[in-house]
Amino acid sequence: MKHEELDEALDSFGDALASATRVTPGNALRPEDIAVDGVKPSEEVAQYALTLGDDALILAQRMSHWISRAPELEEDVALGNIALDVLGHARSFLTYAGLAWDKTEDDLAYWREEEEFTSLWIVEQPNGHFGVTIIRQLIVSIFQNLLYKQLTESKDETLAAISAKAVKEADYHRDHAIQWTIRLGQGTEESAAKMRHALEILWPYVDEMFRDEEVHQNLEGIAVLPSTLRSAWEEEITAVLDAAGLEIPSTGQAMAYGRRGEHSEHLGYLLAEMQVLARKHPGASW
Amino acid sequence: MSQQSNWPLWEVFVRSSRGLSHVHAGSLHAPDAQMAVRNARDLYTRRNEGVSLWVVKSTDIISSDPDEKDAFFESPQGKDYRHATYYKASEGVKHL
Repeated sequence: MKHEELDEALDSFGDALASATRVTPGNALRPEDIAVDGVKPSEEVAQYALTLGDDALILAQRMSHWISRAPELEEDVALGNIALDVLGHARSFLTYAGLAWDKTEDDLAYWREEEEFTSLWIVEQPNGHFGVTIIRQLIVSIFQNLLYKQLTESKDETLAAISAKAVKEADYHRDHAIQWTIRLGQGTEESAAKMRHALEILWPYVDEMFRDEEVHQNLEGIAVLPSTLRSAWEEEITAVLDAAGLEIPSTGQAMAYGRRGEHSEHLGYLLAEMQVLARKHPGASW
Repeated sequence: MSQQSNWPLWEVFVRSSRGLSHVHAGSLHAPDAQMAVRNARDLYTRRNEGVSLWVVKSTDIISSDPDEKDAFFESPQGKDYRHATYYKASEGVKHL
């Protein structure tokens, strides 16, 4: 054993003596760091960061609804963890976007109207039963994992740094969704039927994820064109569905234009619940 | 809730850092081994507690019988000669 390794081993031994399972916060990028040290983004970059933040925020709001409602205690914690991870991504992206307009993450989350949100339709779709949530997670987390992986190479350093943290978490969310998709697809006749139903109601929102919009233009080397992710995404999700004994449904595609502020009927209710407290008690803090 | 009784119980062991042993952290329910490791990750390492996890089916652990405690564990008491400190180093013996 080299000296450095020995030192490290002894150090860690000393730490661990204090507690068998020590608790440390780690040192990852936090939204607070971005707010303080972040470089102000251009209008175009801010608009792009806003789309990433909005997708994450609305998905986090949906996922957090599972807390205390999951089928098992262990799954309750898993879904809650995922919701919090995704909320963390939202906070970072929204904080960064807000720097361009002197707005905080809270200004953007609580004080914008429905038509100002740029999130995709798939993230605002209702949780449905557990299978619907799992299929939505499968579709979205494979997409986000590919997207963040690409974004780590963005010329915009803040977007790259946020993505470098987010990609590891999205990788786990993807794994969680894959494990459940396979188990429920291969489970009982009832669980397989519910998964087929979930695919049918969510597949119409797939095209929108990969549509290149105005917000992606003029950001070469900074933004990822969603259309470039489609083939890798299809390959991956097809492999999972194969393993689960499920098929891509032959449904039509919704006329979904969330990036332009046009939303399905579900977002308004979600925002009402999410924003009511902040609007009723402006400036209140815990 | 009747479903939960179908999920076996797993014991979770966490290794907090390199060079240490895995330490028993608690238990959880999971449908199979792979999900048990994932649930363990979510339940027992969410505050940076670990770098490695083991899960073992609770039924696979063979434990000593608490009722046999006396016969099992009291016997070494008073047997000082089982400790190295019981013995005097003989004069003239080096490197002891």
